[in-house]
Amino acid sequence: MHTSSLKELAAGLKARRFSSRELTQHYLGRIERLDPGLNSYITVTAERALKQADAADALLAQGQGGPLTGIPLAQKDIFCTAGVRTSCGSKMLDKFVAPYDATIVKKLDAAGMVMLGKANMDEFAMGSSNETSFYGPVKNPWDVTRVPGGSSGGSVAAVAAGLAPIATATDTGGSIRQPAALTNLTGIKPTYGRVSRFGMIAFASSLDQAGVVARSAEDAAAVLQAMSGFDPLDSTSVERPVDDHVAALDRPIKGLRIGLPKEYFAEGLDAGSRAAIEAAVKVFESLGAVVKEVSLPNAPLSVPTYYVVAPAEASSNLARFDGVRYGHRCDNPVNLKDLYERSRGEGFGAEVQRRIMVGTYVLSHGYYDAYYLKAQKVRRLIYDDFRRAFDEVDLVLGPTAQNVAFKLGDKTDDPVAMYLNDIYTIAANLAGIPAMSLPCGFVEGLPVGLQLMGNFFDESRMLNAAHQYQLATDFHKQWPKGFAS
Amino acid sequence: MSLSPEQVKQVALLARLSLPPEKVEPYARQLSNILEMVGQLSSASTDAVAPMAHPLDMVQRLRPDVVSEPDRRDDYQAIAPAVENGLYLVPKVIE
Repeated sequence: MHTSSLKELAAGLKARRFSSRELTQHYLGRIERLDPGLNSYITVTAERALKQADAADALLAQGQGGPLTGIPLAQKDIFCTAGVRTSCGSKMLDKFVAPYDATIVKKLDAAGMVMLGKANMDEFAMGSSNETSFYGPVKNPWDVTRVPGGSSGGSVAAVAAGLAPIATATDTGGSIRQPAALTNLTGIKPTYGRVSRFGMIAFASSLDQAGVVARSAEDAAAVLQAMSGFDPLDSTSVERPVDDHVAALDRPIKGLRIGLPKEYFAEGLDAGSRAAIEAAVKVFESLGAVVKEVSLPNAPLSVPTYYVVAPAEASSNLARFDGVRYGHRCDNPVNLKDLYERSRGEGFGAEVQRRIMVGTYVLSHGYYDAYYLKAQKVRRLIYDDFRRAFDEVDLVLGPTAQNVAFKLGDKTDDPVAMYLNDIYTIAANLAGIPAMSLPCGFVEGLPVGLQLMGNFFDESRMLNAAHQYQLATDFHKQWPKGFAS
Repeated sequence: MSLSPEQVKQVALLARLSLPPEKVEPYARQLSNILEMVGQLSSASTDAVAPMAHPLDMVQRLRPDVVSEPDRRDDYQAIAPAVENGLYLVPKVIE
């Protein structure tokens, strides 16, 4: 069952070949058997899942329900789930039981989906390897001595290993796309403002966006569509109808204009990954796409821009964790300052502390102009580069990451080396445009991801192109050894 | 740009983070490396560029001035580390 697409699962449920309860039990059984070796879930919500499955079965028995009714999923543990621990991968929230649901949790519940549990992640989504989680690192199913990428490492490991058919994820600087690339999945970060951020624990509010990681563009389209849409509870939610991503999948892509940014193929890109990307470009050409070189001259400044803007916003967002209203509180504080300092010092891990301090520093008196204001100006330059590129082409194509998955522990002592993992993904967050990663080959048995970036609200076009590519290739159908059966 | 251990202690104070003494030096080194990388920004010419705070050109929405939230005080207090008689407890503020 776990090798089926969502469409196949929905057909099986509808024809009563299996029930949602059976499907859910199948996944819960796999989690119990296989997750101890991967650590992809922080919390498994078996009881809640079976209850949702029974409700889905009751609907399906009456001939009701939609295309997602009864289909299980994993929720990244950054989304608040009423009555279920929502840890955000942090000791700070280890005992936090959310008093309400995130909007996307509500929406996917309403679509009839069954939540299997909460997926592991880098602490407060800060990381590119899932090694900063309070609950321990996640292993890559393709090689358990390697990282799955981050911050949505639990989401991708669960889907790649068949411990969930699909999972939600979030992306502030690449946290959907880089892990999807490292685990042979299709992951999409929609346009900023497309999916509600209500109930999604904030990291950097002008960059954070929720999306999905899936086994195909077709699966991703179905769930992204159900998650998207205006939400009055999110002040940056966009009031605009959601396109029919699923209906758009089958369009031919003849004449689609694809731009290859030369900066994305410069020094630093692994030769094997480059070859896989270039072969994929040929496939797009054979499908009728027109390919040309474009330039994003300021893209090389994405990482330094991000490491001012994101920590600045994070230091402000994470000020809410004060040991008073919820979250970790230190023992026996002697005064208020001691309460704040020790609660935060004990509750936050090293990477979160680093980013809070960088953010505090760049916002502090005397440094604001040189760092924060400067970064905001360069952000505009990066945004303008994309505007110009999209005058000439429909989609921009490049690598998602410079290399395949690296070894656990390889970069934990060198924050800057870790940050460079997101060199190709960060620009899309700074600009606010949608972007996705899809499988395009292997280097020594490890997956390589291809990145597509689109103009604002062009998710359908990206998913369409990805789907057409996946009809012509079978990289996305490959399974890590030991997990298909 | 490099940060001295003294500056790290000052930033940690501003951010209300207690740092054990043995972590100050490693943090100073790591934060200096990060700021050095960030220093690449100075290579960009931005004289006539307007800062960009947000990807969408939008204004804050207004809604009718009516009560839209139910009273959930008890639920929110239930997850607090220390409450008494409906109040959040903190150490004594006034000496």
